Amino acid sequence: MRKYWRNSGLAAIAIVIILWTLFPIYHLVVLSLSPQEDMLAGHIWPQNPTLRNFGIVFRQQHNFLAHFWRDIGNSLIVAVTVSILTLVIATLTAFATSRLRVKGSRLLMGLALGTYLIPAAFLAIPMYRAMSIYGLLNTRSALILAMTALASPYAIWILKQASDRLPRELDEAAVVDGASIWQVFRLIYLPLMRAPMVAIGIYALLLAWNEYLYAFLLNSDDAAQPLSVGLGLFLGADDSPWNLLMTSGLIYAIPPIVIYYTFRKNMVSGITAGAVKS
Amino acid sequence: MGFLAPYVLVLAIFVVVPVIIGFGIGLRPQIYRELLADPVFATAAKNTFIYVIVSVNATMVIALILSGFFSLQKRWIGLLLVLFILPWAAPSIPTILSFRVMLNAETGVINQQLFQLFGIMEGPAWLTNANLAFVMAIIVHIWKSLPFWTLTLLTGRLAISGDLYEAASVDGASIWQKFRYITWPSLAKLYMTSTILSAIWTLGDFNSIYLLTGGGPADQTQVLATLGVKYVSNSRLDLGIASILIALPIILPLVVVMMRRLSGGREE
Repeated sequence: MRKYWRNSGLAAIAIVIILWTLFPIYHLVVLSLSPQEDMLAGHIWPQNPTLRNFGIVFRQQHNFLAHFWRDIGNSLIVAVTVSILTLVIATLTAFATSRLRVKGSRLLMGLALGTYLIPAAFLAIPMYRAMSIYGLLNTRSALILAMTALASPYAIWILKQASDRLPRELDEAAVVDGASIWQVFRLIYLPLMRAPMVAIGIYALLLAWNEYLYAFLLNSDDAAQPLSVGLGLFLGADDSPWNLLMTSGLIYAIPPIVIYYTFRKNMVSGITAGAVKS
Repeated sequence: MGFLAPYVLVLAIFVVVPVIIGFGIGLRPQIYRELLADPVFATAAKNTFIYVIVSVNATMVIALILSGFFSLQKRWIGLLLVLFILPWAAPSIPTILSFRVMLNAETGVINQQLFQLFGIMEGPAWLTNANLAFVMAIIVHIWKSLPFWTLTLLTGRLAISGDLYEAASVDGASIWQKFRYITWPSLAKLYMTSTILSAIWTLGDFNSIYLLTGGGPADQTQVLATLGVKYVSNSRLDLGIASILIALPIILPLVVVMMRRLSGGREE
């Protein structure tokens, strides 16, 4: 009898968790499947489900979506470039600070950690000013460089922790055998760091794809805008076609969700390793 | 050293120089006079304070409880956890805009359902009443950040040895006693670290407010993170910088504490 009550209690918690977690996402999906005329009726269940919205979005048949494919292309270019740049920068830095223990490593790690901890929204305005001085505003490069600067600190920090755990004898043995530093990096270090590097590459990719604030500050109304900014344009009018917004929003959300779940095991351990280390 | 050059360059050009530019702009005293004279700034400062205190503590307490639920070793609970992290895995824009559309007082599904199910003609003005809109922004923030902190505390809980709980069970300890004398002492430090980090991130949370309420109605739900950007949009970059610098005395101590906790002792 006690077990029965205990299980019902757990089931009740589970139901609350499912409703709380899924309702906004369910609502998003329902609206994306609802025709325009049903949109304002407020149904919980789609009355006349249709894929027409997806056709409208894919064929860019609405003012707000006139550049849907261009925007998605920009998002993709930005996310992939940020991911690659962050990986290169963070791996080199982690190697130098953790394996070579270059002078100034501690100071650099301190600055990196400080950059990671200062809320990105507070760096956004000085960054915006600097980008305008550099003449980079309204270019993809502005967003790419800004997001690389924001993604690198955490990436470096995670990779440094991972490489601190590798035995030092490995490098020493290789150096005794006559390997150059560059060979140690390429032939010994990189293969051993593959798992955390995957986590970091995905982290930077998702951070850049999902970013909104920097994207719209640095790329307002221009050919360089990513899809996140394109979606924000719907907010400009009160009578926006919300079902089309939800449809394009769903298309925008699916790639990062799929990637997150595919690499969930890497991500969870990597990200929590960062936060948990108390 | 060549290996460090790429990051040193990125850090210098895109972090250090902007920060110096920011302080340069922030040196002029009269922008602070102008900032303090703006009634929206007072509202935003008060809102930021409430927003951070309420969202962070609510999130962490719920995460602490839920991490206990998810630490139960049952297969279906493991599957539920996979579903539960969806708000964290999904990008903010579509999900927060989904909240915005659903909470629309006239056309949103919630008030439509209140009418269809209960005949309530005028449902609550979820986003057009300032207080209600602010509560909704806090709820959206909790919705988005809860999975991450639950997962973090869950990792901490799973690191506690099961033998301790078994020994306690043999001695006839209650659930509360197990929490009080085993779980909490092991988790307290992680809980505090998480709370500080969560406070820093919540201070900088732009999306939940901007995408849900846009700071409205009538700038009543602005926080510092959104107000700064609003100044920039109105071509008042100097006021935007001032609104950030004026918050530094609160942010910096948190950042310093956090840096000590994260880079200090190496115990795992």
